[in-house]
Amino acid sequence: MSVRLLLILVLAASLLVIIGDTVIEADEFTEEDLKRWENEYMTVVQKGRALWVSADLGSNGVACAQCHPNAANTHPETYPKFQQQIGRVIVLGEMINWCLQQPLEGAPLELDDPDMVAIQAYVAYERRGVEMAPGKH
Amino acid sequence: MCTLHLNRREFLKGASALAAVSCLPVSMVELAFADRKKNFTFAYISDAHIQHIGGAKFVRNWDRGLIRAVAETNMLVPKPDFVVFGGDLAQLGKREELDHGAEMLDKLSYKVYSVMGEHDYYLDLGEYWSKLYGKQYYSWDHKGVHFITLNSVLTYDEWTHERWPSAQQRMLEMAGLDNPNGSPFMVGETQREWLKKDLAKIGKDTPVVVFSHSPIQKIYKGWNFWTEDAEDVQALLKPFTDVTVIYGHVHQVQYNQIDHISFHSVMATAWPWPYPESYAQAKSHLPKLTVPMNRADPFFERDATGWQFIDISSGRVTVEYNLYNNQNRTVAFDSDKKQPIDKVFQPVNKRVPPQTHY
Repeated sequence: MSVRLLLILVLAASLLVIIGDTVIEADEFTEEDLKRWENEYMTVVQKGRALWVSADLGSNGVACAQCHPNAANTHPETYPKFQQQIGRVIVLGEMINWCLQQPLEGAPLELDDPDMVAIQAYVAYERRGVEMAPGKH
Repeated sequence: MCTLHLNRREFLKGASALAAVSCLPVSMVELAFADRKKNFTFAYISDAHIQHIGGAKFVRNWDRGLIRAVAETNMLVPKPDFVVFGGDLAQLGKREELDHGAEMLDKLSYKVYSVMGEHDYYLDLGEYWSKLYGKQYYSWDHKGVHFITLNSVLTYDEWTHERWPSAQQRMLEMAGLDNPNGSPFMVGETQREWLKKDLAKIGKDTPVVVFSHSPIQKIYKGWNFWTEDAEDVQALLKPFTDVTVIYGHVHQVQYNQIDHISFHSVMATAWPWPYPESYAQAKSHLPKLTVPMNRADPFFERDATGWQFIDISSGRVTVEYNLYNNQNRTVAFDSDKKQPIDKVFQPVNKRVPPQTHY
């Protein structure tokens, strides 16, 4: 047996989990799983929408939706991109933080803050169906 | 960089004034007649959205927009005959907001005509606004032109009077532009009856200029770039040879021609809005005639906001958009094509990349 074949067999074995009599393959999922995962995402999208229209996200009562109804003109499909006003390539979260600090006169969020994730989930959801266009201005 | 439009020089007093106003947002309108002596101008300021934070604090950004537009309008030479404020003086209809905005507008050294916006109306159904500015719809004659102001932001009675547990909630529901709980704007039967009688008093060749907050045409219902009974109002205006409708609400440059009626929007002093085509999930009917304004640069706080100077000639209007960080725009009635056109950007080969919205 070659070393390569042995490795493949070990890897394949490690992907099988045996619980009682049932063998579950790691890449197998059901319609129920798909529904549940979509529901998890949509729950976060709804949280993002609530933050988008919230007067409490910044310090002055201004909400994201005042300038960006339905998150229009945010172009999530173009990030990361060269943000010419900042002078380097940035991710969407950095631009969201710019808005939080300037028009909303608030504090920036950590890029993995659940609120930041929710805002990005909402922005992306409103843009569904649009082709990816990284770097486009 | 903004550059001064050449023919604005004559309206602006002196070199220092020129420097001070070189990047301001005002819409300028001239009504021009065959007999040049009949021409006159008025200025148009709209959508200030003065927003109360608490105590004596207001959102600085929106305050600055209105203060700048007022200051620049006061420097116009020759002086405009009057100023129109196109609605949404307040953000949530509060007395503090209307008072603070009115205090700023009081600094205008001209007569001011006011239009009702939904942000002024839906807290107390226009009660406090009316104490400040009087009637919600009215007409007057000026140098041969018949001017009409409508309250076009009314909606269904059930929505207004029965749906919401409090006036504050009703205001918040209507204030969210993209809120699916909102309701379409309308002029309504009472005002249409009044308009019919008002128009019966004038000749069909009298130039008519209508001021409304919402477009008296249907562009995108989702953001209320829309008036539910637009066709009924247009039908009343159709018999007149020279009709212009000037509206706010949309915070962007729009223009259109339907039958004898020319439509022009005005800029906001507060913030710009995306064109509806930028929302991937909906269809809009932006007039094909409209060459969009440049995409706003958020790093310039006043970019894509402004005011207008309006020049009336031959009973038709020329709108000069005074934009702070963009090249000014001039949209004028073309008597050959019988529609408004942009004086620079109308031909397809003259358009520039920032006018592409997506």
